[in-house]
Amino acid sequence: MIRLIVNGQQRDVTVDPETPLLYVLRNDLGLTGTKFGCGLGQCGTCTVLVAGQAVRSCVTPVQAVAGQEVTTIEGLGSPERPHPLQAAFIEEQAAQCGYCTPGIVMAATAFLARTPRPTEAQIKEALAGTLCRCGTHDRVIRAVKRAAVAMGGR
Amino acid sequence: MKPNRMTRRTFLKTGGAVVVGMGLAPLRDGRVAAQTVASADRFLGKTVATDAVDGFLAIHADGTVTLFTGKVDLGTGARAALRQMAAEELDVPVGRITMIEGDTALTPDQGATAGSMGVARGGMQIRRAAATARQELLARASQRLRRPVADLEAGDGVITVKGGGPAVSYAELVGDQRLNLTVDEKAPLKDPKEFRVIGKPVPRADVPAKVTGRHVFVHDFSLPGMLYGQTIRPPAVGATLLAVDESSVASIPGIRVVRIGNFLGVCAEREWDAVRAARQLKTSWSSGTGLPDQARLFEDIRANPIVRDESIATRGDAPVALAGATRTVSATYQWPIQSHASCGPSCAVAHVTADRATFWTGSQATRRDRMSFARILGLPQDRVRMIYLDGSGCYGMNGHQDAAADAALLSRAVGRPVRVQWTREDEHGWDPKGPPHLLDLRAAVNERGELVAWETQAWLPAPTPNLPNVPFLAVEAAGIAQPAGRSAGMIHQNIDPPYQVPNLRAVVHWVKDTPLRTSNLRAPGKVANCFAVESFTDEVAALVGVDPVEFRLRHLKDPRAIEVVRRAALRMGWSARPRPQTADPKAPVLTGRGFSYIHYKHSENYVAVGAEVEVERTSGRIRVTRLVCTHDCGLMVNPDCVRSQVEGCLLQGLSRTLFEEVTFDRSRVTSVDWSSYPVLTFPDAPLLEIELIDRPTEPPVGVGEAAATPVPAAVANAVFDATGVRLRTAPLLPDRLKAILRG
Repeated sequence: MIRLIVNGQQRDVTVDPETPLLYVLRNDLGLTGTKFGCGLGQCGTCTVLVAGQAVRSCVTPVQAVAGQEVTTIEGLGSPERPHPLQAAFIEEQAAQCGYCTPGIVMAATAFLARTPRPTEAQIKEALAGTLCRCGTHDRVIRAVKRAAVAMGGR
Repeated sequence: MKPNRMTRRTFLKTGGAVVVGMGLAPLRDGRVAAQTVASADRFLGKTVATDAVDGFLAIHADGTVTLFTGKVDLGTGARAALRQMAAEELDVPVGRITMIEGDTALTPDQGATAGSMGVARGGMQIRRAAATARQELLARASQRLRRPVADLEAGDGVITVKGGGPAVSYAELVGDQRLNLTVDEKAPLKDPKEFRVIGKPVPRADVPAKVTGRHVFVHDFSLPGMLYGQTIRPPAVGATLLAVDESSVASIPGIRVVRIGNFLGVCAEREWDAVRAARQLKTSWSSGTGLPDQARLFEDIRANPIVRDESIATRGDAPVALAGATRTVSATYQWPIQSHASCGPSCAVAHVTADRATFWTGSQATRRDRMSFARILGLPQDRVRMIYLDGSGCYGMNGHQDAAADAALLSRAVGRPVRVQWTREDEHGWDPKGPPHLLDLRAAVNERGELVAWETQAWLPAPTPNLPNVPFLAVEAAGIAQPAGRSAGMIHQNIDPPYQVPNLRAVVHWVKDTPLRTSNLRAPGKVANCFAVESFTDEVAALVGVDPVEFRLRHLKDPRAIEVVRRAALRMGWSARPRPQTADPKAPVLTGRGFSYIHYKHSENYVAVGAEVEVERTSGRIRVTRLVCTHDCGLMVNPDCVRSQVEGCLLQGLSRTLFEEVTFDRSRVTSVDWSSYPVLTFPDAPLLEIELIDRPTEPPVGVGEAAATPVPAAVANAVFDATGVRLRTAPLLPDRLKAILRG
């Protein structure tokens, strides 16, 4: 049994310890907001926070995060009470198909925590490892800027 | 019960019906039932006829309305736009309309969601049905209120006597009863001057759920007893399966290996077990049928047997005019094979029993798929139900249908519902591809620098007439009969220029073979064709020493065309001068500007794009710093959704221009991940400036494709301006440019 702390709740799972965190979140804990993109750590679609750091859950064995604070897109906020970054994405309508969106939001959350007053170039660089195929880049950048202001960065 | 896992009872009760709506009812565990509304089963048995108002609409006793549509939202915002169109004609608030999409048991057959026609055609059908309903509601209210229709007005789902007085609601007039009305093709549509909902940037209802991880994609859907499946594709195209060593996965709990001919898959209770079993399973395959040498791709196309020639446009006598002209120019353009490269590998859930099959799929064409899967499974069509759930953006036919075929064969074999999600390697390696294009162009100009003759010859892979679907990998591998052939959409459109020219010949040589499976990829063929035609237009302008924007304007007559070109140039701060500029020979970074224009399909959008680029002299690296786009799509139903689609077209078009090329060796595709098939990333994203021209009195056309098409030529023309080098092969890779810059 592996003890996880996911979105502030203690969750015990009985799985092969090598199972990537992604599958445990989606299939054992029902947190399907985190998506499978490549299984190779290349696209950022599966990004979650582990102790505040952006981590690719598709290549992270679940045992590696035992006892650590894991935050998924569901833990950030809800449609009724969105996190300021999620609210900014909604305000900018920064999604098309929306499949990559949770991973981008999580990567941007970790980024804003360490860079509260980002330049546009910094935002682009920070999100360089998260792919969006629909072409929402412009709106995502605007949303991250908007969130930085809303969260008091500037 | 696991969150988002429907109980068997709920499932059976609803028949798996799925609804997308505004009213997002929170479940007890905090998730949102964006797509799993248990009440949808009450509609089973309803008509799906496209000439019946009840096919499209149900007016409920609580004042809400359900809209049924065969058109689906592929991430485009059609879900907002189609509801707005219904709301406008019906005079109900858009928030009261729930929408059911692409469910073969419930929605009318409006054809596939393709060709960027969801709103243009599908939306107009919905408007007409809603207008018919409104007409009927007014007639009923007239009887009920004993007042002539002329004295009544409708608004917010209520019909009132003008100037105050008695009122009656739609709910009272209909209240869950069927309307039993034929769609009246003459039912008056709202005058654009009266639009209250159409033309407004209504926010998309799915965005909050998508941004918070609550939206249920097909990838997130599960059923009781469902197994996770994976398929094992051969190491070489056309390889046959010689042997499978099941003992190699015996250590994985509950693993089931399914082999049907050359079709091979595994199923497990746990997804990770299926994934690792697929990796671990020892197999032996024949060497396959092989692929041609990629280095000779375009020579092979030119040398390929021609199935038939098709004339796309003819005016005057171009060959004679070209032969007699003194100033001519000719060039050859090449466009590579490209992948849909969806962010989320394709996925489907299938539940196949002896006498019935139900699919949950991200398909663009559930109705057409139903025919195909009924045939494949040997079931009557009315025993097969396909239900649309959002997939990852597909941009045409990616692997969704193939994943559904995988799931169907596995489900039938194991007697349980099966979910299949492809791997990244499956998606990049095996999705049907956008075909290669080869175009030869010739033009002649007179002494005044005017175009007098133009000829395009295109070599394109021939489509198979009336092919119901791209042949499915799993079906082929399993040895089940299916119609053979190829399709890729209307890839011949726009090979001819949008300009006035007295002598014109545009012909397609439809050739027999192309190396990989093909299908429609966003703006089928037009991205490649516009690259050739608009780059070549720039070549002609350079030949005659005329500014390329001015050159285009001299050959345009349509006022809408002229307006987008003028406005884009103005917005760009275009300075008229012949191209290329004289660059400082020592500058490490060269800058340039390029322009491009299309009248999409010669009948739809007018789009002009300007690009600004920086080229690193030593590396040949092209950086696009700014894209300006002026876009006229007629009536804009939802301007923010239009803008979002135009942004997406520009950026995906830029990605295809700069980075994307499917590579293959003599056995298989080798561009199978994001490093071997790179796409545009955040640092590559240029400044976007978009001007949308609203023409409320013109019919709406689609917006999901057109703006992608002028991007490649705008960029290539800007590179020419910066460097004097003409790139005629896409993608515009640094090595190609570096080699030429170094001479």
